Amino acid sequence: MVELWHAFIKALELIASLDSEVMEITRRSLAISVTSCSITSLICVPLGSLIHFNRFPGKSVLINVIQTFYSFPTVVVGLFVFVLLSRTGPLGELGLLFTPVAIVVGQVLLIMPIMIGLTISALSGIDGSVVETAMSLGASRTQASILALKEARFAVLTAVIMCFGRAISEVGLSIMVGGNIKGFTRTLTTAISLESSKGDIELSLALGVILLTLALMVNLLIGWLQRR
Amino acid sequence: MLGVMVILFVVGCTASAARAPLFPAAERIRVATTTSLYDTGLWGHLEPMFEKKYKVELDILYAGTGIAFEYGKRCDVDAIVTHDKAREEKFVADGYGVNRIPFAYNHFLIIGPPEDPANVKGLSPEEAFKRLAETKAGSFVSRGDESGTHVKEKEIWGAAGFEHETVRKSGAWYIEAGRGMGPTLLMASEKNAYTLTDAGTFLAYKGKLDLVPLVDKGAILLNVYSVIAVNPEKCPKVNIEIANNLINFLTSPEIQKFIGEYGVAEYGTGLFIPCAGAELEIQ
Repeated sequence: MVELWHAFIKALELIASLDSEVMEITRRSLAISVTSCSITSLICVPLGSLIHFNRFPGKSVLINVIQTFYSFPTVVVGLFVFVLLSRTGPLGELGLLFTPVAIVVGQVLLIMPIMIGLTISALSGIDGSVVETAMSLGASRTQASILALKEARFAVLTAVIMCFGRAISEVGLSIMVGGNIKGFTRTLTTAISLESSKGDIELSLALGVILLTLALMVNLLIGWLQRR
Repeated sequence: MLGVMVILFVVGCTASAARAPLFPAAERIRVATTTSLYDTGLWGHLEPMFEKKYKVELDILYAGTGIAFEYGKRCDVDAIVTHDKAREEKFVADGYGVNRIPFAYNHFLIIGPPEDPANVKGLSPEEAFKRLAETKAGSFVSRGDESGTHVKEKEIWGAAGFEHETVRKSGAWYIEAGRGMGPTLLMASEKNAYTLTDAGTFLAYKGKLDLVPLVDKGAILLNVYSVIAVNPEKCPKVNIEIANNLINFLTSPEIQKFIGEYGVAEYGTGLFIPCAGAELEIQ
């Protein structure tokens, strides 16, 4: 237990002293996860509402498949992206393997199902009469969907928080396609993995505390926006 | 809703623009290096020196020798630094690597708990392994990751007259870690077990371990580190020029001296012995 306390103190020290390496890693983690979360939201919220508001054969099967993908192991997504982006792979020409972009690509694939699935359940949770009323008053389908999303904004923002959490906390994918390169693709989680493999438990725990602090800040920001 | 995303995006972009480039700079070289060299901290010193001298970004990938070859074959790195002569020669012979250049060596050690339950102290490596397998008087932690150290371990089992597969399946005493050298040492120490390690990583981790060297003599324990540039004929995208610079750098008198002195101040003895370009035969 003393170890945990020391780690906490160490985390405070690292934050207070603005340790340049730790700050750099933290910024990178944040940038990568926020980027993947934003891209995913922009794609998947409309996609989720499209699925929700349309009837088509196999819809429930599709939703089941999407929900199954919630538990896609990060290393498997990592392997897939690795094979895709490796220079001998189909997208090898782009030279993206072992870059932050590769991590973003992987994270987007990882959190897409969650974002789509949770958007669908967010929309299922609202009162259907809202949409019907809007349509009867002459709103187009798109306008009605936007209205529905506005109604469901709390649940949708919760989905965004979930996705951000999954993105910033995953490690298998980042190591596999990012390579944990110092000063380039090292993120908080891959640094934790490396430091703990070096036996520096205190620093690892301290980095963990920083990661949680970061998540707290993002959650507070989103919560504040929700209330506005 | 959209506001949230825009703000998140802006935050993300400013955060990234601050220091961490999202896109790679023009001149980069990627090197996959054996975990034992990384865990000793040697690359932490060599990397900035190389970057300063050649004005390029050197990206070090922490990879066991097994995965390093795989990265090389897939053209995902420009050079590899490994320690498995047979597979290195095959890598070059198969046309994936240009040339195998040894640049440093040290020795493997068999380490274990100070009380040495299997009583292997002072034996030859082959006899020590034999006794471990026959008595099972202590656990043995294997890297289990096709790294250079793991391949050496299998070689010693072979030389001791065992099939590695049989040893693997002979009971709970044989533990496969599946991790880098550093983590494997920490695991062996936690479990009070024997393991095979390179002398460099052992010295660098000594302070964190409750294990002592028990077997350190034997021709089979020689451990040679080599650098190989990935062949541009197989992989047109690799940067052979910078890879050659790296080879010249590692074998330059200045860096050879640095490698030889690395760790003397901290551990009282050097972790590596420089051997630029020379092929070492088992003495």
